[in-house]
Order: sequence, then C-alpha cells, then structure tokens
Amino acid sequence: MAEYIIKNGHVFDPLQGIKGDKADVAIKDGKIVKDNQVSSKAKTIDAKGKTVMAGAIEIHAHIAGPKVNIGRIYRPEDKLFTYTPKKGNIRMAGGTSIPTTFKTGYEYAKMGYTTAMEAAMPPLFSRHVHEEIRDTPIIDEGAFPVFGNNWFVMEYLKNNEIENTSAYCAWLLRATKGYAIKLVNPGGTEAWAWGLNCLSVNDPVPYFDITPAEIIKGLIEANEYLGLPHSIHIHPNNLGNPGNYTTTLDTLKLAEGYKAKNKFGRDQVMHLTHTQFHSYGGDNWANFESKSKEIMDYVNKTKNITIDTGNVTLDETTTMTADGPFEHHLTELNHLKWANVDVELETAAGVVPYIYSPDIKVCAIQWAIGLELALMAKDASRCFITTDHPNAGPFTRYPRVIKWLMSAKAREAQIKAFKNSDKVIAATHIAGMDREISLYELAQMTRAGPAKSLGLASMCGGLKPGMDADVVVYDFSPDKPVANPDQIEAAFSRAAHVFKSGVEVVTNGEVVNNGNKRTIWVNAKVKENPQVMRDIQEKFLKYYSVSQANYEALGHHFIPNPYAIEVDASQ
Amino acid sequence: MTKTVTDVVCPFCGTLCDDLEVVVSDDGKQLTEVYNACVIGTEKFLHSQAKDRVTRPRLRQEDGSWKEISYDDAAEYTAQMLAKAKKPLMYGWSSTNCEAQSVGHEIAEMVGACVDNTAAVCHGTTLIAVQDIGIPSCTLGEIKNRADRILFWGCNPAHAHPRHMSRYSIYPRGFFTGKGQKSRKMIVVDPRVTDTAKLADVHLQVEQGRDYELLNAIRVALNNEWLPDVVAGIPAQKIREVADICKSGRFGIIFFGMGVTQTLSKNHNIDEAIALTKHLNEFTKFSIMPMRGHYNVTGSGEVLAWQFGFPYSVDLSRGFARYNPGDTSTIDLLARGEVDAMFTLGSDPGAHFPISCVKQIAKLPSVCIDPHQTPTSGVSKLHVPVAFCGVEVGGNAYRMDNVPIDMRKVVDPPAGMLTDEEFLIKVRDRVKQLKGAA
Amino acid sequence: MAAINLNLISGRSIQQGVAIEGGKEKPAYRTAAGIIELDLSDLKKLGAWKGTNVRVTSDYGNVIVKAIETTQGPHPGIGFIPMGPWANSIVNPNTYSTGMPTFKGTPVKVEVAINEPIMLGIELVQRQCGVKVG
Repeated sequence: MAEYIIKNGHVFDPLQGIKGDKADVAIKDGKIVKDNQVSSKAKTIDAKGKTVMAGAIEIHAHIAGPKVNIGRIYRPEDKLFTYTPKKGNIRMAGGTSIPTTFKTGYEYAKMGYTTAMEAAMPPLFSRHVHEEIRDTPIIDEGAFPVFGNNWFVMEYLKNNEIENTSAYCAWLLRATKGYAIKLVNPGGTEAWAWGLNCLSVNDPVPYFDITPAEIIKGLIEANEYLGLPHSIHIHPNNLGNPGNYTTTLDTLKLAEGYKAKNKFGRDQVMHLTHTQFHSYGGDNWANFESKSKEIMDYVNKTKNITIDTGNVTLDETTTMTADGPFEHHLTELNHLKWANVDVELETAAGVVPYIYSPDIKVCAIQWAIGLELALMAKDASRCFITTDHPNAGPFTRYPRVIKWLMSAKAREAQIKAFKNSDKVIAATHIAGMDREISLYELAQMTRAGPAKSLGLASMCGGLKPGMDADVVVYDFSPDKPVANPDQIEAAFSRAAHVFKSGVEVVTNGEVVNNGNKRTIWVNAKVKENPQVMRDIQEKFLKYYSVSQANYEALGHHFIPNPYAIEVDASQ
Repeated sequence: MTKTVTDVVCPFCGTLCDDLEVVVSDDGKQLTEVYNACVIGTEKFLHSQAKDRVTRPRLRQEDGSWKEISYDDAAEYTAQMLAKAKKPLMYGWSSTNCEAQSVGHEIAEMVGACVDNTAAVCHGTTLIAVQDIGIPSCTLGEIKNRADRILFWGCNPAHAHPRHMSRYSIYPRGFFTGKGQKSRKMIVVDPRVTDTAKLADVHLQVEQGRDYELLNAIRVALNNEWLPDVVAGIPAQKIREVADICKSGRFGIIFFGMGVTQTLSKNHNIDEAIALTKHLNEFTKFSIMPMRGHYNVTGSGEVLAWQFGFPYSVDLSRGFARYNPGDTSTIDLLARGEVDAMFTLGSDPGAHFPISCVKQIAKLPSVCIDPHQTPTSGVSKLHVPVAFCGVEVGGNAYRMDNVPIDMRKVVDPPAGMLTDEEFLIKVRDRVKQLKGAA
Repeated sequence: MAAINLNLISGRSIQQGVAIEGGKEKPAYRTAAGIIELDLSDLKKLGAWKGTNVRVTSDYGNVIVKAIETTQGPHPGIGFIPMGPWANSIVNPNTYSTGMPTFKGTPVKVEVAINEPIMLGIELVQRQCGVKVG
C-alpha cells in the first residue's frame, strides 16, 4: 500500500487535544503512524494553510434498505437533473434526497465522511440492507436493527426478563449482522399495526400490555448487560407533534441511574436521535415554538446521554421512518404520496415526501431549533450534527449546516430571508445567539464525539498512530478571517484530499477510487440460552412467513468485507 | 442413498415459498423428489432433470440449424453484439438472482443499454401508480397474523400463486387469527367465476374492464353517498355490503393482479385501488399488495432502484439513467423499432409479448440466455442455456412483499454448464476490454 | 359458417404454469395454452362441439386454437386464452404510452376452423416471425 505524509496542515483532533496546531500526519499500511515511520517513498501532500481532520462519522442516516429503496422507486422526480455519468471505474450516479447507493458513497466521501450508520434496519429485511451497503462504495457502514416493537422483546420485558432479552438481542444482531439496538417509537409502531399509536411513554401497547417506558428501560439494561459498543439509540414517542418536548424529557429521564458498562470507552447509556423533531412546544401549529432550551438544559447536565441534532436544511426531501403512525399523520397533513410497510413481529415503516419551505413558519422554526440544539450544547462531544438524512434534509447539505453553525452572519441572513421572519424570531431563540462553532468543536461534533458514542473511538474519529488512516484535508485556512460564509460551505462540500483506510479516495473534490468498504457489525456472545432458542424456533414455526433457516444474512454476496466487533457477555 | 435438503426456496412465482424439501442423490447430481411445492414448483424442479436438456450454447446458422459452440465463444458473440450496438435492449432479469442482475447492470452501464424487467408486461402500471400516489403495504406474515378482510382483485391465486392462500392469506392460523379461514372474510373481484372466486364469501363479477368504476363506487359507499342502481354490473346494494365488510374489519388487504394492470385503464385502476386503501385507513387498518409473477421480478426492481434510481424501463443509452414508461419501456422501444440488439435473460418475451414486438426481436441481432428452449430462443441468433437458478445455483431473490430470501442450490448443473452470473461475468470482462479503460 | 364476437382476455392457468416449466417445445404446452375457454352459451351460439378447432381473429392477427368449455364460468361474452404465443398472436399491443400492452379486453371474432391445425408454441412464433429453422 502507498505511504503518505500530509505536511504542515492545521490539525484538529479532539482525541489527542490538538487544536489547529501545525503538524504532519503519516499513513502506512492503512493506518496512521508516527511521522518518522514512513519511508522516503511516502507521497507528500502539502496541506499548508489547510485544515486536517479525521474522517467524519455519520451516526444516523437512512441510506440503505427497504424504505430508502421504496423512496427511490416511487420518486422518479428525485433524480431529475442530478445524474453524473460513468467515468472510468466510477459508476454513474444520481438522486437528491434518496440518491443511488453509488452516489451515497461518493457524496459522503467528497465531504470527508468515511464511516456511516444506517439508522433503522428492519430485521426481516437485513439481507436487503446489506445488499445496498455492499453497493455503497468507499465508506464503512453498520446498520442498527430495530427492537422497540419486537414481539420477543415486548414479551420478555413484560416479565422483566433482562437476560432473555439480552440473549435475543445478541441472536438478532448476529442474524442480521447488525451494529446496535435501535428503538423507533417504542410500542407505537406495534400499535400502528391496528392503526393506533403510543404518544407518551406510559401509553400501553395494545395486546402486549407493556408501556414504552418499560421497553426503553429494559433495552437499556439489556444493552449494558451485553456491553455493546453503542448504547441504545432511540427515536422516542410522539415525534413531530407540537408540545412533544415533555415526552422527550420523560424519555431522557428513563436513563437516570444507569451507568455505561462496556470495554469501548463509551460513557452514555442512551443516544437520543434527531432531537430537533422532539423539541417542540405549543399545542397546535399556530402556537408551535422551540423548546430547545428545555431539552438542552437537561442534556447539558446529564452526562450519560448523547444526542444528534436532525437539522432541517430547508429543502424538498423524502421523509422515512419506522415510525409508521407518524408518516400516516404526515400524509394526512401534506397530502403527498404515502408508502407504508408493516413488518411481521418486528416493526413498520412509512415514507412521505416533504418540502421544508422557508416561506412556511413551522419549517423555519424547525430550522432554528436544530441549530439551537448544537449552539446550546455545552459539551460538543455529546452533541452530533445530523440531518436525520433524508428526513430533515439530505446529508449532502452538511456543509451548509456547518456554515450556519460556524457563522452567525450566515444565520442572520437566513432569518431575514424567511417570509415570516418576525414570527419565527418570536417562537425561537436563534436570533439572539452569537455563538459560532469552532473547527475544534466541529471535529468533536462530527468525529471524536460520534466515534466515542458508537464505541469506535479506538478505530476511527481521531488521528492517533495505530488508528485507521481515515484522514481529510479541507481547503480551509483557520488563520484567515472568513470574508463570506459561503466559503465555509464550499470548503466542506469538496475536500481537497480524503483517505479511507490509507487509500486516497478523493482528490480535489473528485472521487478517484472506489475504496475497500467494510461492513461493521457486532458479534455478541452470551451464555447458551435454550429457552430463547426454543422461543425463536416457535415463533418461526407459527408466526413468521419465512423459515428460520432462511432468515440470517450470511455470505459473500451480502457481506463481502465484514468487520466484526467481538463482545463477550457469556461470563 | 439419498439426502433431503430442507428449507428450499421455490423459484417459480412471487410467493417464493421457502419450506420445500427436495430429495437428491448422495452425489448431489440427481434430484428425485420434491415435497411441499405446488404442482408448478414441483414440475420446475423435476424438469431440470430432463434428459433432453440443451447443455451448451447454440448459434443459429445460415440454413436455420443450430451449431453448438463453447461458452467462451458465446460470451465473445454476446460482448461483440452489445459493444457494437448503439442502443441495445437488455430485457428479462426476473427469473434470475440479484447477483446476476448486478453484473448485468455493469454491462448495461458500459454499453449504454436499455434495461427492463418483466414488470413491463406485468406490474409496470402498478409502479406508475405507486409513483403517483404511494402504496400502503405490509409483509405477508402480517396478513397471516392479523388480516381478517382479504380482497383478491383481478387475480387468481388458485392458478397463478397456488400456495398463497394456504401459506399467507386465507387458511393459516396466525397470532391474532387463531381460527384460520374462519377468522377471515374473503372477497373476490373478477369477470370470471375463477377457482379463487368459488372460495369467496363474496364474488363481485365485475364487467370486464370496468374495475375503475367499481373501485370508485366502493369509495362512494364508504362515504355513504349516492350510487346508481348498478355500477360495472354490480348492484349498489352489493357494493355497499362490500364497503361495510371492509370497514368493519380490524386489518384488511387488497391483493391485485393482471386483471387491473393490463386492462385499458391500467395505472389509473391501480391509482384508484390505492386511493381506496388509503381511504379505508380512515376507518381501520388496510394494506394493498401487487401479486408479483416471476419469483424475482421484485428483486430486479429493487436492484435497479438502488443502483440507478428507477424500478424498470431504465434507459442508460445517453450515459446516465432515464426513466419514462411509454418512451423507455420495452414494448414501446420494440414497437417503434428503436433498439438495434436484443439481449434476453430470465424471461420469455417470445411467448409473452404481442406478436408484433416478437417480430421486431426476430429481425435484430439477438442473444437469449435461458435454461429452457422457448419461443424467445426460437427466434434468437444465439441461445445460451444456463444452470437453473434456485435449483442448481442459489442467490438472492425478493418475494412479492419485497422480503429478500437467499435461495439454495440443491443439485449440481450438468457438467460444464455455467450459471447466469458466471456467463455474465465472462461477457462483462470482454465488454470491458472492447470498450477500453473508459 | 357461424361466427361469434367476444371480448378476449388472457391470463394464467395452472395447467399453463405446469406446461411452461415442463418445456415449451412440448405438445403439452399446446394442450394447456393453445385453447380458448368459452362459456357454454357461446359454444352453442357458435354451433361448435367442445374440442373443436377455431380461428380467433382480432384487428391484430388471427390464430387457430381449440375451443373448450370453460371451467371458470359462467362468463358469457368473454373468451379466455391462457397467456402464451396463441393469445399474443391476437391481443391488442397498444400501450397508450403506459408501456403496457392491452392484454385484456381485445374484441375478437371466433369461427369454426375444424380442419386447421393448431401449431406448437415455438413453431407458431417462428412461423409468424419468418424464422428459418433447419
């Protein structure tokens, strides 16, 4: 493998506490090494006057699997005017909010992202998710199977059987080659199978006689029993509704008293995702307002929680979630085309296009809330930037979100451009905020932070020798004042150089190599549990529509290049 | 001695049953018995053992006879044909695995082909409707466990998806449907008294081609509004009865087939059926699902969608993907004489396209990749027999509800035969050379 | 000779399904799909015995098939030919810009053609396409 030495760049690496000092980064055999460990043949990259960071990490995006693909299938219009032709080994690619798999890999890489997590994998469809992951070049990917409406989980937790829940979770992670325990509208999606919902953490789930709160607490306990790299990753109940911030606080409070137990350096026991969608006040769309302060006051003082933002980017997009009842609610609101898939014993999903118009007050308030969350974060390493792609906007808008976070001037310009500017200002805190996120904080929010939260901090998200050589050089000088905030957006849109596991995949903003992507999954070992194995067998015989022998995602076609993280909870 | 392979996946229809048991000889070369499959599936497995099977590629000679050639020569011929063509059509993809589809798409991208699957003559109009209005659906296990209202509209599973009713929709006892068939009301809409209709609680013998009106009339009945005495041959009273049955269920589903996709109103029929489903969700829980025909036509749509963004009728000839049914769709491309080479894999357009389109195929340079002799191989210049997918080679396939199932290999193909994927890799590598590095 | 006008639909039958997997070059395929299923009343109007060869003609072509009494009736006024080359010799190929031919609902005329042979599936297609076979 080629050796590289990236010279004289301004390095930002929260893992090592490096805050923009001039330093060299050396790459050998796919790893970062000390700068005296490369030979004289090492290719020199001149990063003078440029910013150097580890590859960025996407902690939550919908980029592979059945609901993403129904989005592609039913929105031909999403491809209009977006296609780039094949060039050498680089495949043709197109799409905006639901890009083709090739485009997904290429666009992440161009922005300097080298690892991404698919946020919701329906277990029955894991083979589909993995086929798409396989066809997404360059970036390492993992996928979170959903557990929050799973019949096994609800039945075990009804009787508070944590050990059985854990054994089942370990089995399902292995069968689906999954990465973490994801919950989406716990209990509410099962209720949706009958056209119902659970809007608070105490609403009982029909038939199963359990509450969302019990499911959430039980899965926190199972997660820590297993000692998984990531914590539970939760999309709480009551998404998108005015006044839902109380449900969010109720959810966050369920983590009180729990402590992380794992060997990966993770501190949190709950990751709350796309927090913007859960920070709403008011009780209707007329008095809808930001409750970011109430949420962040709690998050800032509570160390065992991490969050991501879910920033609205003011674009036309395609919403998709395992929160089936929410998508039905949304199609009733905007009357755009609705796709739904209920998945036996496990989950559901809905898809509806959405236009976040700057002319609509509610959309502008949502925009403000997403930014407020990040700007109010006291600890940037516990608050990560996402757009909940494609729900609040396409991931390709990260550079614009970064611009808004790094420049009060850019925010001001956007606020002025809103049709209902005064009403938006009255319902939010954004107008008075002058904080500008620094490059170091940006590296915390997009690199070191998510790496630690995911339990990957020893592998990626930093530039310590021995770590994977995921390195980005941005054509952005921290020394010079930014004359025009659009420079920020331009620099973070197209990296000057991107290395993935030591391979140069992007040069001058163009993809030059398809890389050698890996599928990351968690192999958790538990004590033999004959009862759980019998229960699984019985459910497959009686209630599943596929046989147990045909359930697992196995083999080269699905996971050509696996990277298994081993966890041993058998003691 | 023999051994039994269990949990075998049936490569016939979109029901994609995965509980077959197949008995094979100890050396894995002979397949002797098939259990749990329907008659069609059984025939598919057993026919793979036919002694008169074609096992090597054959090239049509001047005098009309076949000449046997090697797979390498066949790959060369195919690669040359595709590389030379300005706008080749690569059609089929529904009776093969996703692995082969992926390789085929790489070839299509290099040669600038139009890629289309059998949705073109099956559920293509469904996909158009889904693009208009969306689709509330579910997996088949949800039907088994919850559904108490089952509508079959313009489809005849007793003939086309023989185990559908017993595995998923009518007879099984699921979690919330412990009484099986007794838990369910079955409604069939069909202009004939089909063998499915004979099992129904209610059969609406709609006038052929008047499905749109009947669907619309049920929506009117849901709103308790005025109806004429008779709509599409069905008395208003009967229509109101059906609307009430649907409303009063806890979980309902409409399965639909060619009876609505291929009649004159086409995608508009499906628009209305989906609108009815959406409408019913105001009263209870309702889903709708197309009864997909080929076992992996769904998979072809999925792979095309994640690789190119569109589920069928994808035109790559301009160097990027375009999609516009009526323009980039196979039947229209052939009818307008717009393509200059025909590549068929995993389908039989010779038997299933209108004859005017087949006549066009016969005029073109053509390659047919199919384990069987078919009308398509009968009009093609080159016939490449391959291993039976799902019998002699495994691979991924998508069921009609989009659930992916990895098929199993149960016996070896006859010595020296290639699989779809293996043959396509040869063609791809040769096309790469012919097209140079770019 | 008597002739009747019908509305033609095509579609699957389980016999057709078995036959295509058994081999389209075989006579069994013709037995399964080289037929038209008629309502008994229409057979009477035609004045034909069950099992008589008939010529079915549409605006798009004509084909010889065997007239049999339907097992999935009554459906007076509707003729059913299982999907395959026989049906496709006469269906309406127009897509009206949807990509989909109008496989169901083609007006046809049916007349007795007792001495005309019914071709095998592959042969029927090859003949119409003018393919030279050795």
